[in-house]
Amino acid sequence: MLSKGLKRKREEEREKETLAVDAWWLDPSLPAAAQAPPAAASSSLFDLSVLKLHHSLRQGEPDLRHLVLVVNTLRRIQASMAPAPTLPPVPSPPTAPCAADSLLASSDAALSASMASLLEDLSHIEGLSQAPQPLVDEGPPGRPVGGSPPSLGALDLLGPATGCLLDDELEGLFEDIDTSMYDSELWAPASEGLKPGPEDGPGKKEALELDEAELDYLLDVLVGTQALERPPGPGR
Amino acid sequence: MAFKYFIPGISLLKSGGGNDIQWCFSQVKGAVDDDVAEADIISTVEFNHSGELLATGDKGGRVVIFQQEQENKIQSHSRGEYNVYSTFQSHEPEFDYLKSLEIEEKINKIRWLPQKNAAQFLLSTNDKTIKLWKISERDKRPEGYNLKEEDGRYRDPTTVTTLRVPVFRPMDLMVEASPRRIFANAHTYHINSISINSDYETYLSADDLRINLWHLEITDRSFNIVDIKPANMEELTEVITAAEFHPNSCNTFVYSSSKGTIRLCDMRASALCDRHSKLFEEPEDPSNRSFFSEIISSISDVKFSHSGRYMMTRDYLSVKIWDLNMENRPVETYQVHEYLRSKLCSLYENDCIFDKFECCWNGSDSVVMTGSYNNFFRMFDRNTKRDITLEASRENNKPRTVLKPRKVCASGKRKKDEISVDSLDFNKKILHTAWHPKENIIAVATTNNLYIFQDKVN
Repeated sequence: MLSKGLKRKREEEREKETLAVDAWWLDPSLPAAAQAPPAAASSSLFDLSVLKLHHSLRQGEPDLRHLVLVVNTLRRIQASMAPAPTLPPVPSPPTAPCAADSLLASSDAALSASMASLLEDLSHIEGLSQAPQPLVDEGPPGRPVGGSPPSLGALDLLGPATGCLLDDELEGLFEDIDTSMYDSELWAPASEGLKPGPEDGPGKKEALELDEAELDYLLDVLVGTQALERPPGPGR
Repeated sequence: MAFKYFIPGISLLKSGGGNDIQWCFSQVKGAVDDDVAEADIISTVEFNHSGELLATGDKGGRVVIFQQEQENKIQSHSRGEYNVYSTFQSHEPEFDYLKSLEIEEKINKIRWLPQKNAAQFLLSTNDKTIKLWKISERDKRPEGYNLKEEDGRYRDPTTVTTLRVPVFRPMDLMVEASPRRIFANAHTYHINSISINSDYETYLSADDLRINLWHLEITDRSFNIVDIKPANMEELTEVITAAEFHPNSCNTFVYSSSKGTIRLCDMRASALCDRHSKLFEEPEDPSNRSFFSEIISSISDVKFSHSGRYMMTRDYLSVKIWDLNMENRPVETYQVHEYLRSKLCSLYENDCIFDKFECCWNGSDSVVMTGSYNNFFRMFDRNTKRDITLEASRENNKPRTVLKPRKVCASGKRKKDEISVDSLDFNKKILHTAWHPKENIIAVATTNNLYIFQDKVN
């Protein structure tokens, strides 16, 4: 009765649609119909809403009103699907409530994460739009070390879902790199978009208190080594 | 009770209302094809303050202005026809490099400024940028330059022996549209409304989360007067859907939300009008509660009456009239297509439940009009409490043919000439309608055609 819940594109709208009368939740003959619609129908409505939400999130710039209304509707459906002890048992196949529960559990987290990340993205994009120039003009994106650069505002680097316009994969890669592996050996990092910086490697003659390997590591990380070629020195 | 005066050149509205009027087909504009080009989809319709001009905006970013013929106005058998006056490309598609997204050129709203001199001005907006356009006529040109030939070539100054004064000579009328101001970069979210203040110096623009106040002369800054963006976007549950200035009170405006509330704000109270002066909301009817309650309560349009005493809101199934002095419920409610209430699930599935219908008042605030599906549109007479359903269709397009009222059969046996709910075409939606400010002339936009109807003048 319910066909695929895909948003209809203009070129596909050719035949007139016949609407099914789906007033089961208004039907007084169903037991406690107003509070407990059949779980199967609720569940399919839930699926439909999740589908709509994901479709909306996939848009480059989702319609905020549509998104908010779908999410609020999903919350309502979720709330109604939560088991309530006072309700009489709904005559439905025994597997259905389990399916609904697991759907709830798995979708809820994904839903919240998706929704949260999208809304965070929108928020960050707005913050970025106030200071875009340093990021857009300078070629490959720099890797923020330690905190975020001030111009990025409150960019949250924890989790690939919150990376926004600046190359999500890059941030996702770097967020959980274990830096201890770089402490013990000389490491020339691959050129993954690190900003080329001032050339001070070959020119450095001063003796430093820091271990040379440590210094190399720090320089590599902070400055980038694409253009640097250090000749092997004493002790290396 | 119905009476009319005829003063040469002016016609006053009959105070009979929507149902006493016999509506006749007058004109239809647009392509005849069933195959609709995306760019031709009409996205806004607006009469100017005198009703002489009628502007439409479309998805392709174009504005087309029609002008009413003047010759027949004094004759009593017919009002002047609307013919194309000016066409121009208002907005072009843009690319937002920061977000890697295209900004649609679709014209969301057009609002006319009152006429102050020979030229006409209007504001048009897409999702992000508002533009002020000047439309002016040129019907004469200077001729008889000393240094230029008539074809534009420059004359050798040494060949000039006498001087003459250039004079203006008549030419074919040319209507020029030029952008005078561009108000950009003030909206992160999609602009849904613009509204010109009664001071005629400022206007507001509203997007999903914010409302900005502009001065018509100043383009490089605007003043944020409403901001409902939560600190944490995860808490977002409500967006702004429409906003309008009060027609007389230049410090007052309203904005509606996706939760079915309307807030009236007074700009004298504080700079940031986050706290409303009044909140209009009707409590939910518990017997009608469903999963879709919130979606169908979302307000798609809000319009003040010309008098400023009332405002009208449109939600998915109804039109409500509110008295500005009563916040807890509307004073009148009109059901547009109640037979859809049992179909909400399917309408949710095909996204029709998210369609945004507009509404409008007639010049005397006695009748309101809004669109529906199957190219039907509805009028409600506030005095007689009668309503009528009419159809915008090329099948009825003989001029001065009186339109036959339509009826939808909600359930049970369908009578002759009724149409059953299941036969309605949900792709044929009338979202945009406009009513002439002084006369019984209406403009109704189907997907890509503009219909003009007039009342039958005897």
